[in-house]
Amino acid sequence: MDITETLAIPIPEQLDSPAVPDQADLDLTTVGDFTVPDPRMKIRDVNVFYGQKQAIFDVNLDIGSNSVVAMIGPSGCGKTTLLRCLNRMNDTIDGCRVEGRVEMDDKNVYDRKMDPVLLRARVGMVFQKPNPFPKSIFDNVAYGPRIHGLVRDRTDLEEIVHTSLERAGLLDEVKDRMDQPGTGLSGGQQQRLCIARAIAVSPEVILMDEPCSALDPIATARIEELIGELRKNFSIVIVTHSMQQAARVSQRTAYFHLGYLVEVGSTKDIFTTPKHQLTEEYITGRFG
Amino acid sequence: MNPTKQIVSGLARRQRAEKRFRLYGLTAVVLGMAFLLLLFGSIVANGYKAFTQTYIELPIYFDPAVIDPSSERDHQTLFSADYWKLVKTAVYQKFPQASGRKERRELTRMVSEGSAYELRDQVLENPRLIGTTQHIWLAADDDIDMLMKGYIDRNVPEDERRLNDRIIGYVDSMREVDAIERRFNTTFFAAGDSREPEQAGILGALMGSFLTLIVTLLLSFPIGVAAAVYLEEFAPRNRFIDLIEININNLAAVPSIIFGLLGLAIFINWFGMPRSTPVVGGLVLGLMTLPTIIIASRVSIQSVPPSIKEAALGVGASRMQAMFHHVLPIATPGMLTGTIIGMARALGETAPLLMIGMVAFIVDPPGGFTEPATALPVQIFLWSDSPERGFTERTSAAILVLLVFLIAMNAAAVYLRERVTKRF
Amino acid sequence: MSPLFLIFLLLALSSAAYFFSQRRMLRQVRNANVARLSSLPEHFGMLGAIWAGAPALLVYFVWLIFEGDILMAQVLAILPDPESMAATRELLIGDIRNAINNPMSYQMANEEVRMAADRYQELSQTATLALTATCLSVFAICSALVLKFLTPQVRARVRVEKIIRGFLLLCSTLAIFTTVGIVLSVLFEASRFFQTVSVIEFLFGLEWSPQMAIREDQVGSSGAFGAVPLFAGTLLISFIAMLVAAPIGLMSAIYLSEYAPAKIRAAVKPMLEILAGVPTVVYGFFAAITVGPALRGFGQSIGLDVASESALAAGFVMGVMIIPFVSSISDDVITAVPQAMRDGSLGMGATNSETMRRVILPAALPGIIGGLLLAISRAIGETMIVVMAAGLSANLTANPLEAVTTVTVQIVTLLVGDQEFDSPKTLAAFALGLTLFFVTLVLNFIALYVVRKYREQYE
Repeated sequence: MDITETLAIPIPEQLDSPAVPDQADLDLTTVGDFTVPDPRMKIRDVNVFYGQKQAIFDVNLDIGSNSVVAMIGPSGCGKTTLLRCLNRMNDTIDGCRVEGRVEMDDKNVYDRKMDPVLLRARVGMVFQKPNPFPKSIFDNVAYGPRIHGLVRDRTDLEEIVHTSLERAGLLDEVKDRMDQPGTGLSGGQQQRLCIARAIAVSPEVILMDEPCSALDPIATARIEELIGELRKNFSIVIVTHSMQQAARVSQRTAYFHLGYLVEVGSTKDIFTTPKHQLTEEYITGRFG
Repeated sequence: MNPTKQIVSGLARRQRAEKRFRLYGLTAVVLGMAFLLLLFGSIVANGYKAFTQTYIELPIYFDPAVIDPSSERDHQTLFSADYWKLVKTAVYQKFPQASGRKERRELTRMVSEGSAYELRDQVLENPRLIGTTQHIWLAADDDIDMLMKGYIDRNVPEDERRLNDRIIGYVDSMREVDAIERRFNTTFFAAGDSREPEQAGILGALMGSFLTLIVTLLLSFPIGVAAAVYLEEFAPRNRFIDLIEININNLAAVPSIIFGLLGLAIFINWFGMPRSTPVVGGLVLGLMTLPTIIIASRVSIQSVPPSIKEAALGVGASRMQAMFHHVLPIATPGMLTGTIIGMARALGETAPLLMIGMVAFIVDPPGGFTEPATALPVQIFLWSDSPERGFTERTSAAILVLLVFLIAMNAAAVYLRERVTKRF
Repeated sequence: MSPLFLIFLLLALSSAAYFFSQRRMLRQVRNANVARLSSLPEHFGMLGAIWAGAPALLVYFVWLIFEGDILMAQVLAILPDPESMAATRELLIGDIRNAINNPMSYQMANEEVRMAADRYQELSQTATLALTATCLSVFAICSALVLKFLTPQVRARVRVEKIIRGFLLLCSTLAIFTTVGIVLSVLFEASRFFQTVSVIEFLFGLEWSPQMAIREDQVGSSGAFGAVPLFAGTLLISFIAMLVAAPIGLMSAIYLSEYAPAKIRAAVKPMLEILAGVPTVVYGFFAAITVGPALRGFGQSIGLDVASESALAAGFVMGVMIIPFVSSISDDVITAVPQAMRDGSLGMGATNSETMRRVILPAALPGIIGGLLLAISRAIGETMIVVMAAGLSANLTANPLEAVTTVTVQIVTLLVGDQEFDSPKTLAAFALGLTLFFVTLVLNFIALYVVRKYREQYE
């Protein structure tokens, strides 16, 4: 295969090792309780491989209903990889293999009978870089309802588009120019458009892969505010590089290191009284 | 209504649409491959037999009375003797049952007319043959060749096929005593064009193509690389350079026949260069290949990491030195790849050569750049027009030879490209 | 001394000039005539070599370009009666050349030709001597100038680089010269054609029969040059070609880029490249020998009358030829659509085909249209397939089962073979060439523009 083509497929995170303190006494078994009452999704003993290379090791984690879980950790710790397992977006990457179970309603999403199309409609995703389609704002939001056949007529469709934009806090800014291309919006608006697009199909879970990393602080604040709103209706998993962001938006935090889930617990506990040495060092900024 | 249920209700239909779409794609690929197979299959099926040729064994008596009545062994006498008579005598002796003018003429037509030259060359090389009788394998006429290769259907009524029952009888009788057989067709590789299929070969066309490509290469490679270097490194950003770039991109897509018109009007009619020659053909193909080489070379120069040039400039090299000492050596394999691909295209090009008269019927392989010549693809075109089955077969065989060259060149280009890709 | 030897001698002398100039500068520095050199010794060497050698080489090449013709003219001039010796001057020259180059032809040639050949050889020897003398004296004069003007104060590197730069610029302008050459040659000959036939008649006339009659009273003695049937035939064949190439090329690009496993992709792509590298004359042969008769046979079996040189056969094979072109351009264009678009759509739960049809293809549309335009331009300009598999007689029809002729076929038919150059018949070929050049130029221009705009959008 042509080398440029290989590079065109984004491998979610570089797999190079970060600076690791005290290699010798690393204990990478998960500290803290990974379960929650009434979980929306359950990750059980998941291992992920890119070809020969293992990226995720025996991870167990519950995604709670109507709450935000933040995944943090240094680059290359596998948090984006794990996120993409939840709606099987890893299927689109050549050579990626997932072992273990990811359950939703007690059914393994990696089951043969499970249709990724349905799964992805129920588990929506917002990407690192805003990626509106080169279509009008209206058509961007209407895309999901249209392909999934959720609407019978134009009125239905307009209603869904309006509610979604409203819930994404974008309606007021774009209601006069719904037929303009979505790519003409500012970065923050584009990202909110992508969120509107994701919620237009009424998913149960929304995955967010560093949704603010390409945005300025003001736009970031708006998105964070929006996440707080969305939590009332959706379960949210967010991958973030910013510990402050994790602290601000999430109820639970999971800290990953080199593909291992090192520590998980309530966000407050993780940031005030981390139990694992690695978590503490990361939080206090010793490496990362 | 629950959205999940709505989605589920449409899933089956959507998955069918997905499968259909995928099937269309697969069909397209399969069709493409099928065409490729059909193309190659039909050419191989038509042509592989042309690599053999039917020969007939005849006891030739090198009659001194015919060849050299005065026994002086004078070159000129030996050269211009009537060797065809020797062949005739030998065939008459072999089939004494044939009598009458018509039947005897049929007999002699079984042997290629080129046999006379074959015998002449043997005598010139070894005059001691004169006076002896030798069993010599001579090329059969193309009709006999076709019969031996199974292209002539014996079940067709006699007056509708090219060979009558009598001749088929002769052939069968020779077959029984192994006096006729198919051998590797050296003539095909060692001779120039001919009106007779059994004497026609591709040597002249190959030589013509070779000479033409040399001119093409000499013109387009240095100039192409120089232009690419200039445009990538030294060209100021202005209207004139934009004009050059637009021209290069457009020339790359101008139909090749237009380049032929250019060659005809400028090189032949205006400069008065000789028609039908490799030098004009090479110039025309060179101009045609130039854009390809410029574009490939520019891509190749662009792919050299800028840090290399910056490093050279940083230690005080001039831009010219940085370019020639550091960037060009790294870009060379890429440029060569583009050049080989351009040359391969030039080798297969026919239309412009028709325009500049390289379609003439030329028997002798060209000895120089300014001698009338033809090229391999043009030879293919010429032969494809001939009605004889023997030429159809040779056309396919010539195509196979051409394709072997092209595939070899492309493989070399791919190999070079792979090596470059590995380094960066 | 042969001319080939002379060029090596001149090159050797130039290299000597290179080393000499280099040494001389170093010596002058050592003798403390000057504090330091303005450039590297190599640059002085190169400048010395260029100054000394380039003029002589220029003389050499110009001389060789004209030598043959001049000598031949002189040889013909001494022949007592050149007209009686061969049908045309060209044939006579050919005979003489053969006699010169080939001992066997020499022996078989007649007395006059042998004499001419001998005379040519003599003249040629003298000419080579003269050439040698001229080149060497030019070299000597230039070397003397080098001695006088090449001093350590000369900024040799700057000069050398300027000369090289000039040479590089000259090479890049060749593209312009080529275009100008094409335009001028075609335009000039076409304008002579339009002096006899009006532009209107050419562009809108419905009758094409360029055969000029030999006798005055023959039917259609003036020839008819209405090119509409050719344009129609070209369009018909190109249209059939695109009907084959566009869907197959596009769909296989989609399949290969989105569905095919890496292994199949790695196997199929080179095969498509092979299909693209097959010379057009091969496709022409395929069309004429295999596809044409097959279609005819098939037509007969279902009761249709298919011409053996039908537009369908030529168009179909041309389509096959263009498949890899369409496929590779579509592949480029489709892969240029950012992966984020795919992720966005797939992440919503769209299937691959929905993603392709609703997001990728609309985004890639300008690029694909540009690619198809380039493919059409290629189909219109394609020559060998139609020369070998399409008809010769102009036939204004839209029925793909009949034989039609095309612009390129007519250009080839009009120009191949011996004919005087000034007849409207040959000039008509240039008028057709002009039309072809103009149409493909416009198509290419639009296509390249669209594709470039498209690329910029995603860069």
